[in-house]
Amino acid sequence: MAHVGGIETEAPPPLYAAPPTIYPRAVKGRIRRVKWVVLTVLLGLYYLVPWLRFDRGPGVPNQAVLVDIGNARLFFFWIELWPQEVYFLTGALVLAAIGLFAATSLWGRVWCGFTCPQTVWTDLFIWVERLIQGDRNARMRRDAQPHSRDRTLRKLATHAAWIAIAAATGGAWIMYFNDAPSVVRDLATGAASVEVYFFFALFTLTTYVLAGFAREQVCTYMCPWPRFQGAMLDENSMVVTYRDWRGEPRGKPREASSGDCVDCAACFHVCPTGVDIRQGQQLECIGCGLCVDACDDIMRKLDRPEGLIAFETLKNLAASQAATAGMAPSPARFAAGMAARATPRFLRPRTIMYAAVLGVVLAVMAAAFLMRETVSLAVIRDRAPLFVQLADGSLRNGFTIKLVNKTQAQVGYSLVLRGLDGATLLVQQAELDPTGRPLLATAPDGITEWRALVTIPLARRLTGSHPVVFEILDASGLSIASAPTTLVGPAP
Amino acid sequence: MTGKKIETDAHSGQQTTGHEWDGLRELNTPLPTWWLYTFYACILFSLVYVVFYPAFPFTGATGVLGWTARGALPAELAAQNQRNEPMMARLRAATPEQIAADPTLRSFAIAGGRIAFANNCAACHGAAGQGAQGGYPSLADDDWLWGGELADIRTTIEHGVRNLDSEEARATIMPAFGQGILTPPQIADVTEHLLAYTGRSTNAAAAARGATVYEENCVACHGERGEGNAQLGAPTLNDRIWLHGSERAAIIAYIAAPRLGAMPAFGQRLDAATINMLTVYVHALGGGR
Repeated sequence: MAHVGGIETEAPPPLYAAPPTIYPRAVKGRIRRVKWVVLTVLLGLYYLVPWLRFDRGPGVPNQAVLVDIGNARLFFFWIELWPQEVYFLTGALVLAAIGLFAATSLWGRVWCGFTCPQTVWTDLFIWVERLIQGDRNARMRRDAQPHSRDRTLRKLATHAAWIAIAAATGGAWIMYFNDAPSVVRDLATGAASVEVYFFFALFTLTTYVLAGFAREQVCTYMCPWPRFQGAMLDENSMVVTYRDWRGEPRGKPREASSGDCVDCAACFHVCPTGVDIRQGQQLECIGCGLCVDACDDIMRKLDRPEGLIAFETLKNLAASQAATAGMAPSPARFAAGMAARATPRFLRPRTIMYAAVLGVVLAVMAAAFLMRETVSLAVIRDRAPLFVQLADGSLRNGFTIKLVNKTQAQVGYSLVLRGLDGATLLVQQAELDPTGRPLLATAPDGITEWRALVTIPLARRLTGSHPVVFEILDASGLSIASAPTTLVGPAP
Repeated sequence: MTGKKIETDAHSGQQTTGHEWDGLRELNTPLPTWWLYTFYACILFSLVYVVFYPAFPFTGATGVLGWTARGALPAELAAQNQRNEPMMARLRAATPEQIAADPTLRSFAIAGGRIAFANNCAACHGAAGQGAQGGYPSLADDDWLWGGELADIRTTIEHGVRNLDSEEARATIMPAFGQGILTPPQIADVTEHLLAYTGRSTNAAAAARGATVYEENCVACHGERGEGNAQLGAPTLNDRIWLHGSERAAIIAYIAAPRLGAMPAFGQRLDAATINMLTVYVHALGGGR
């Protein structure tokens, strides 16, 4: 049995081990600035959007973005969705998923590294931790020291700040489902419902635990996305890459035989997931690019070209490796490696397909949204009995009519039946319009149900099934909506 | 089986777990310990759950809390009844006419009546009141044996028909004319007369003879021209609705030996509010007058 140079040992290693604590060092640079901007914008949106007001008239919530579970309505500025229109929400999620696939195949793990809530809140929590307990070295030193008052106070302050942020996060979540000003008042005065307190506590706890303690463990062990996003990446995707062809062999800066990597471990020290990027592509790497900033900083100090660690395609990396194979560290090796690179191809079958699917879904969603009916008519015919014979031999069919009014105005429409001469239409409890037709009135933002009875005279001798159409007309006689159905008599 | 071989993988420098499948060896990447503790916590939770809640299927074991979904039902029903009580109180106090005139009460009554109907009435009268063969009348048409106004419907539901439960039950009966009252030819003649009401007679002479028989025997209850009498539960005979069959043979058989329908007095089973809801619901099925 062949195997690769293994050393056999007797003591089995543990199957479970405490994960190492990660002390990410602060870093400054281009990508860090981008991350701060993204963090500020995303958190600002999350915390402030529930406070936006949008006037919809009296009796209707004036919160711009609100999921009103009690009344089964979703408000988004001028859009109001009913539960049966949840497909718009599904469509938005489908768009988000395809957009994520497309972004991943173009730029690698940008979602993970820049915009994922887990990354954003962890970043914020690390910033707070650093503010109170100091940077990597100070924290490591303090944690290694025996117990001290200073350390306890700093830890307490950190956790208090974390809990405050977590509570603000849990509170903001609740505001998307309740009127923000009143739910804040209710939370403070103890008047909120058990559900509100439960979800407030749940999201406070999850924020505190996930961003304060679990951090990179969520990405490595809990999140399914890192496991299958490899399917979207290929050799043309931009990923955080160590250019080993110019970095190796690592050594002291002044030794002529050394590559550009001086083994300073700055890339490793700033990494929020504890990855050494120089080992190549790894599941744990979230592609945040902080090691790019850290390495560029060192390269600038050493007066060497930036980009030893960079967002690079694996195809370019392989090309550079091939062009510099066997070359000794020198400016010529750097020039040869960089010259071998090609401009990354963003138009690839994969990205074109994602873009096409994205475009199709977007078009379908937009069309569905623009053709959305604000007043609709539903007709459900009685299934038992299909028809009733009356004393004079005429036949009667029963229907349930539902008039759905999604507008904020009272509507009243005349109901007519088309398709069978001689049939008479009676709607129970309905008033009549000036021409004697049933007038269906429906309250703002509501559904009204009516029972309609259609009588077909004996002389008409209706047998089998006969297609007809119910139609609602406005006062000027304009057709608003129609619903096809059938009149049914005895088998022919 | 020669025991586990823990080896160091040359490529990654990691140790293996000793598991091997067809030459593929598994690297040992230790899981974080919190993962293991979460797993233990789940086991602990399941043990606690088994002790406190009914967790063994088919055994009837209830757990030390004694909680069951069935046991929790009465409290939930009571709470729901509590919520409905203001509306039910109004339904108890109102007459069916008042309920039908008030849109809120009417829609509540129709929703509640639909359920009460399915529980109490649908077995004979069909899921939507369409009736059934064998003498179960349709409640959706415009022909009523005992009257189709709200008050009539309420009386019929409350006291029923030809039962011993209620003294006020609808009680009139039709004699069996075949047992010594009319001869078979007379019954055939009067049947011909009845068929003539809707133009189905094929023997004018017999129909004329039958008209005489009808005047002597039937007019008292069914009226001069077969218009019926809801006070007596005497059906209209000049229309096209025949509860026990409209064919000649079926009519002859019924005159000779009527199959008299019966209905329980629901006033002794249901409360006043439910009877009012049923009245309004049945009236709204389409045939109410």
